[in-house]
Amino acid sequence: MAVLVLAEHDNKSLKAATLNTIAAAIKLSGDVDVLVAGEGCAEVAARVAALQGVKRVLVVDNAAYGDQAAEPLAKLVVSLAANYSHLLGPSSSYGKNTMPRVAALLDVAQISDIVGVVSEDTFVRPIYAGNALATVVSSDAKKVITVRSTAFDPVADGASAAVENAAAADAAKKSDLVGRELTKSERPELGAAKVVVSGGRGLGSGESFKSIMEPLADKLGAAIGASRAAVDAGFVSNDCQVGQTGKIVAPQLYIAVGMSGAIQHLAGMKDSKVIVAINKDPDAPIFQVADYGLVADLFEAVPQLTASL
Amino acid sequence: MKVLVPVKRVVDYNVKVRVKADETDVDLANVKMSMNPFDEIAVEEAVRLKEKGIVSEVVAVSCGPAACQDTLRSAMAMGADRGILVESDGELQPLAVAKLLKAVCEKEGPSLLICGKQAIDDDSNQTGQMLAALMDWPQATFASKVELAADKVTVTREIDGGLETLAMALPAVVTTDLRLNEPRYATLPNIMKAKKKPLDTIAADTLGVDIAPRLKTIKVSEPPKRAGGVKVADVADLLNKLRNEAKVI
Ligand SMILES: Cc1cc2nc3c(=O)[nH]c(=O)nc-3n(C[C@H](O)[C@H](O)[C@H](O)COP(=O)(O)OP(=O)(O)OC[C@H]3O[C@@H](n4cnc5c(N)ncnc54)[C@H](O)[C@@H]3O)c2cc1C
Ligand SMILES: Nc1ncnc2c1ncn2[C@@H]1O[C@H](COP(=O)(O)O)[C@@H](O)[C@H]1O
Repeated sequence: MAVLVLAEHDNKSLKAATLNTIAAAIKLSGDVDVLVAGEGCAEVAARVAALQGVKRVLVVDNAAYGDQAAEPLAKLVVSLAANYSHLLGPSSSYGKNTMPRVAALLDVAQISDIVGVVSEDTFVRPIYAGNALATVVSSDAKKVITVRSTAFDPVADGASAAVENAAAADAAKKSDLVGRELTKSERPELGAAKVVVSGGRGLGSGESFKSIMEPLADKLGAAIGASRAAVDAGFVSNDCQVGQTGKIVAPQLYIAVGMSGAIQHLAGMKDSKVIVAINKDPDAPIFQVADYGLVADLFEAVPQLTASL
Repeated sequence: MKVLVPVKRVVDYNVKVRVKADETDVDLANVKMSMNPFDEIAVEEAVRLKEKGIVSEVVAVSCGPAACQDTLRSAMAMGADRGILVESDGELQPLAVAKLLKAVCEKEGPSLLICGKQAIDDDSNQTGQMLAALMDWPQATFASKVELAADKVTVTREIDGGLETLAMALPAVVTTDLRLNEPRYATLPNIMKAKKKPLDTIAADTLGVDIAPRLKTIKVSEPPKRAGGVKVADVADLLNKLRNEAKVI
């Protein structure tokens, strides 16, 4: 049977995690439709139509979905569910917000944050901050799933799927969007970056975080990440947090600076290809997962590293 | 105004959980159990709203075995007025918990339900959203700021790109993120007082909802281990290794 993927976007551009979610969907069925629900989202639909493995793009262009509120979106997905065996969304704040509502309305379990597809009804997902991997079998008629993007390689461009309009469902809003404060950055998206430089409490202040980490990120074309301690102390904005309860990243290179390597942090970055740790404490747990560990004062080592790049 | 706060008993966040040798489950024998950290934040928020005079009663609810009474007592020691244990010895998955909480909401009629965004054992991040859907209530997940008025709640949420603020009519569901507040420690006198606060027990099977698990775990395995790396001598050595060995820059 066919599979439906909920595309994540902001009406203008498609979010990268959608490409990984489609990749997971392809493992389940050769028949993958993607739902683009929004307001004035034609550009997004065109972008999705060009992705390999997409059979049909369903577009619902309606003011009710403009700000991506979970309540109307979930009802829309449910209204389309009859034709699909699996309903997938990215395991981003957007997917996490919406998909459990879909599952509850369909009276099925949600299989959260999958990292592997074993068969149509069997999936692998991390539990206990990634300290264990559970293989679970779903007995529900329909599977509602969120996908951990780092576990599936994104699909590429080069196709042209059919784009069709679909009808809006019960579109009553339940909340009013008062405002958004989105972090503007020229840097790559944290979840999809090839290189991530990440700072911890050891940076000491917001000023040093900026003056030490940003030049390094600039040189490497990297995204900036942080530990919870750094975010809590206000060194950087909350959307930089990497970890069990922040973002999950798996770049080619992850440089951890001045952070101890708490299990909650490791949960978010230990699947990176190469991990570098710079910490002045030789016993810091971060060195147990680092491919290359440098025991040094970050205030000397990092500027030196930046200068030699 | 009444606020309901679901609290889950989970393995303490400092415990490094290990997989059993037979790969059937994780080993939870003799490990420390605590209230889910996000639920402590939820209790704290509810108690602060009461201290501000906006909320009149904070009711903590836990679904699970009799041992969850400890979790409810912890919530009461932080300031919750009473506790409800929805007792069940079997495995409860998020959909089942949401259904049980719905039954409790229908009895208690809260104006607001504040729960954690995620339980740190199953890492599901579902229950609050599911409950909101079952009740047809609005939701604001991942809250970092909650402003409650008589008839509405305004919530700032942490989303991937930054922050978003939503205003919702009551009743509504809010799920907590880490930065919402810093939970207080219960004082000894408050721990003593909590022992005398009312704690009702409801057998889950009297609530008339289907709580059968929908997901069956067939294997629990250790994630792939990272091979131990090396220490480099200095920045030059590091650069050399990154360029010529790992070839990532
Ligand atoms: C429910 C829950 C969820 C959590 N989720 C997350 C999460 O998603 N992500 C996350 O990161 N954390 C999370 N945490 C917090 C986590 O437990 C740790 O507290 C946090 O990761 C520590 O951050 P840190 O490593 O920056 O700080 P610290 O542990 O204080 O480490 C600072 C490090 O900097 C080093 N240092 C200091 N000065 C220098 C210097 N001049 N040069 C070099 N090194 C220096 C020190 O040696 C030390 O190792 C969570 C906690 C809980 C309870
Ligand atoms: N058994 C339970 N009893 C009470 N509350 C629960 C239970 N399970 C989940 N919750 C609540 O739902 C939140 C999210 O849990 P989960 O969806 O399992 O990640 C938790 O932080 C709790 O507030």
